[in-house]
Amino acid sequence: MTKEQRLKDATDESGARQRATLRQELPLLAGMMLVWGALWQDFAIGNLVFGLLISLVLVRVFRLPPVILSGRFNVWRAAVFAGAFLRDVTLASFEVLYLAVFRGPRTTSAIITVTLRTGSDLLVTFVGHVLTLVPGSYVVEVDRRTSTLYLHVLNVNDEAGVEKARASVMMIEERLIRMMGTKEELAELNAEKSAPGKEHGETP
Amino acid sequence: MLDTVIDIVAGTFMIVGCLMSLAAGIGMLRFPDLLSRLHAATKPQVLGLFLLLAALGLELRSWAVLPVLLLAWLLQLLTAPVSAHMVGRAGYRTRHLKRETLIADELAAVVEAAEQREEAEHGRDGNRDRADFID
Repeated sequence: MTKEQRLKDATDESGARQRATLRQELPLLAGMMLVWGALWQDFAIGNLVFGLLISLVLVRVFRLPPVILSGRFNVWRAAVFAGAFLRDVTLASFEVLYLAVFRGPRTTSAIITVTLRTGSDLLVTFVGHVLTLVPGSYVVEVDRRTSTLYLHVLNVNDEAGVEKARASVMMIEERLIRMMGTKEELAELNAEKSAPGKEHGETP
Repeated sequence: MLDTVIDIVAGTFMIVGCLMSLAAGIGMLRFPDLLSRLHAATKPQVLGLFLLLAALGLELRSWAVLPVLLLAWLLQLLTAPVSAHMVGRAGYRTRHLKRETLIADELAAVVEAAEQREEAEHGRDGNRDRADFID
């Protein structure tokens, strides 16, 4: 989806949405087929084909707006991401345990603004999901037009904590762009990394 | 020998997993307001569920159940952030928060600007209740 299409879609209040083509729905169909197999605990060809038929009927009856994939997926980066995710979710959980037991009502937090680099709905959603589970924040409000997330962050005690939280969200986005962002986003990210001193994610 | 090791690992996973669910419960009771309580509802129990499902996978020792366990966890990963977002968003909009526990609130300025724009366009409509709801 181009930027103009995205803006139009975001501001369109008529309720009419773009529809996904069959090609755009292929990953969704494959996923639904695997869920069917998992639920039956049977991955035999016949069962999978039946699952695929049901998925086809479902996506025809319950139309979804198109999910635009970037056409890029780095398996190695995905493995690194999964490892980092498991480690971080463990750390975050123990942090919440510690805060709940020892700080309790004295815990302070902050609501911060993070403007993401990416313009893709899928990546913004992914970043939102991952940051809810990992560094101690969740999304309070989203501005889709500017890819801006408003986050509630637990255990922020001063201004330095605010900047640290912002940096950790930008780090999550960086990992996700390296995993599944478009080529343009990756090139921009690399350009930004090789030109130090340029700050991203500041409040506009 | 291997069975004993697997049993010990699975047992440890189960205990730590339960501890995480306990952490979520303690957080619900102890954190100051709705917005911070939501953290307790999302993070520890996702790890807790992962550890319990991993222990189940280790104990059942059957490849057929692995996809179901994985699916259960993935659905949890997908739904927990969405529910946290919906509750948090509704909570912020209805002012179920204690502002003195917030170090910074960068959304407040945005909301304020939007309200002023609204007033400039449509005129002031009656009394606006600005009081925070504190439970």
